Amino acid sequence: MKVKSYKKLAAVTVIAGSVLFSSACSDSDSASGKKTAGDKNTISITFRDGGGTNKGLTQWLNNDIIPAFKKEHPKANIKLSPISASEGDYFAKVALMLKSDQSAPDIVTEDTFMVNSDASAGYLEPLDNRIKSWNEWDHYIDNVKNGVKAQDGKTYGVPFNTDSRGLWYNKDVFKKAGLPVPWEPKSWDDILTAARTIKKKSPDVIPMWMNSGKATGEATSMQTFEMLLYGTEDPLYDEDKQKWIVDSPGLLDTYTFIDTIYKEKLGPNLSQVLNGQGGTIAYTQLMPKGKIGIGLDGIWQAGNYRKDGPAPWPEAFDTLGYTAMPTQKGQAPGTTSMSGGWAFSIPKKSDNKDLSWEFIKFVSTKENNLKLLLKENNLSPREDVSKEKEYLDLPMFKEASEFLKNTHFRPSVDKYPSVSTVIQSTVEDVVTNKLSPKQAVENYKKNVTRVVGKDKVIER
Amino acid sequence: MDANPVISPSTAVDGGSASRKKQNRKLLASALFLLPAWLLLLVFFIGPILLTFYFAFTNLSLTGSEAQATQFVGFSNFMNMFQDPNFRISVMKTVVYLLFSAIIGQQVLGFILALLMKEKNPAFRRVIGIIIIAGWVTPEIVVAFCWVAFLNDSGTLNALLQQVGLKPVAWLFTFPMASVIIANIWHGTAFSMLVFQAALDDVPKSIEEAAVVDGASRFQVLYKIVLPMIKGSVVTNMILVTLQTLGVFTLIYAMTGGGPGTSTQTLPIFMYNQAFVNYQLGYGTAISLILLLIGVLVSVLYLKSMKVKV
Repeated sequence: MKVKSYKKLAAVTVIAGSVLFSSACSDSDSASGKKTAGDKNTISITFRDGGGTNKGLTQWLNNDIIPAFKKEHPKANIKLSPISASEGDYFAKVALMLKSDQSAPDIVTEDTFMVNSDASAGYLEPLDNRIKSWNEWDHYIDNVKNGVKAQDGKTYGVPFNTDSRGLWYNKDVFKKAGLPVPWEPKSWDDILTAARTIKKKSPDVIPMWMNSGKATGEATSMQTFEMLLYGTEDPLYDEDKQKWIVDSPGLLDTYTFIDTIYKEKLGPNLSQVLNGQGGTIAYTQLMPKGKIGIGLDGIWQAGNYRKDGPAPWPEAFDTLGYTAMPTQKGQAPGTTSMSGGWAFSIPKKSDNKDLSWEFIKFVSTKENNLKLLLKENNLSPREDVSKEKEYLDLPMFKEASEFLKNTHFRPSVDKYPSVSTVIQSTVEDVVTNKLSPKQAVENYKKNVTRVVGKDKVIER
Repeated sequence: MDANPVISPSTAVDGGSASRKKQNRKLLASALFLLPAWLLLLVFFIGPILLTFYFAFTNLSLTGSEAQATQFVGFSNFMNMFQDPNFRISVMKTVVYLLFSAIIGQQVLGFILALLMKEKNPAFRRVIGIIIIAGWVTPEIVVAFCWVAFLNDSGTLNALLQQVGLKPVAWLFTFPMASVIIANIWHGTAFSMLVFQAALDDVPKSIEEAAVVDGASRFQVLYKIVLPMIKGSVVTNMILVTLQTLGVFTLIYAMTGGGPGTSTQTLPIFMYNQAFVNYQLGYGTAISLILLLIGVLVSVLYLKSMKVKV
């Protein structure tokens, strides 16, 4: 009898295991092996592509870079292996690729906030020795250079763009609502007042759009949460004490602001905004139709409206304004911004590091970097490019470059990506009314403490 | 071995040892033939499961310093899990999802369909059967897209509602759990229906007729005769459907992403989020162990409560 019940248990375990295991298998998506072992002339480049993202980068690589590089290195063979994925999935896929000899590319584009994490994991090659003998590095903006430095003080990437964030607003909507144009909000209250006025005067317009869900990943953390938080007295991370601030008035006020936007129905419908495509739809469809009053987002959104962009709109920059995000109560320095950017890194498991470095040097010259940014509508990490007339003539680039004065970078600590996902889920919980702002702070505290450890957090 | 009175004792003994030898050889041969299968199972199935056990007790991470220096952390993943309010939420969501989409939805609906189709015109059976099975053969991800197309803000259902003058509803946001449950029922019911059809066809008609002659009502026949006779199929089906539903990831992930908030965050979604969104593979693995445990427990519970032998 006993033997039988053991057998039964074993049988059930095997069945349960196999069914669950097979379902787990079907979900995982192994990156295709793109190994170029032994071939010293082939390098593969992995970047994010898909759904219109990084169109500029792809075009630049295909049209400007690869043919020119081949002229200098006739034997070289450049293989593009883009990943089509949402932003969050891209990083997980890259981490998986970099883990294995079989799949690691020779060059990978990294969002600078992942550089520290991936470097600490041993996935990336330090570039200090190579950079030492490369004069161009002196032309890079210091702040941006810090973004590709890991906790060990070594540099793990060469940035190819940076950015800043601010408030897009539709002048037509503002005029119709009787609001001042140009608009220069001095505090969060000014933003709320403007949004409330728009709601009253044009009920069919979404007064304020900001990324608010888990699906929009890092955009929710950076464009929304941190743009607000860094306008309070309390940043995300205490750099002096090297600890995460898990409870502060600033955190509570940030959640409260987000809550207010959705409670008073000043934001979009949840089904619109809690969607991976939300941001794209907002800026390529709703904004040109005059259906959005204010949008808290990055300079790159201007690229949508170019002639060769996903939503050409010749009058875009007569209609749209771009203004700095004010601090919470207008406290000094008055405005705030967040900056990030992307970099080229060489994976540790690349078997063609020399040619990869040649390629990175080639694409990072003043001319080539300028070509990219003219296509991409992002800010340049190089000081000399930022002075070029062509560059300054790009719409809104003067404004966006101004924001850099008071900008902030994300803490370069290897736990940042995990903290960021806690931010995203708490923001979504507030937006969907699952948590009050107070509960959101408690939840944030609990989860961040779990992720980074009890000894790495403080309260203010 | 039954002794045959015609054969003399000596030949019987000889025959016995010969047949024992033969049996041993057979056993060896079958073991040899099974060896590759066992090896494959060992490498690709038992191995990963053992690894899962190991990883669940480490701080294995997809990126960050732990990815390089993975450490054994004892039960801390499990301690964290039981303190994590999101885990409790996920268990509750999983139970709700399981109860309504697998047990009540697929199982009961599948049975009713099979019963209604029993002894109907074969042509009718075939047409209806094909329609229902179409839902089952459709890949999960396609099912998810169909239902998103049907339920989204400007989807088919809302278009129909507007036609009759009703206001559109954001179904996936207002009723996210109900949406994924209905989609899963639509997708999975055919399996239960097929199992029950086969079982019902095996119930001899004569027994049912005898019961009717004895004065049993239709309901009594069903409850007292048919159901006990197909008990084995009911339990098997219940286990399979439960385990399948317990592991559903694609459908929910594609339809709602586990959201809005945590509204549809079942354990597989929670596990995925921890492992691949928060990059905490060790923690994700620990969750998958719990998921496995729940599967085993529920299955044993079914077997015990129905007193069926496997």
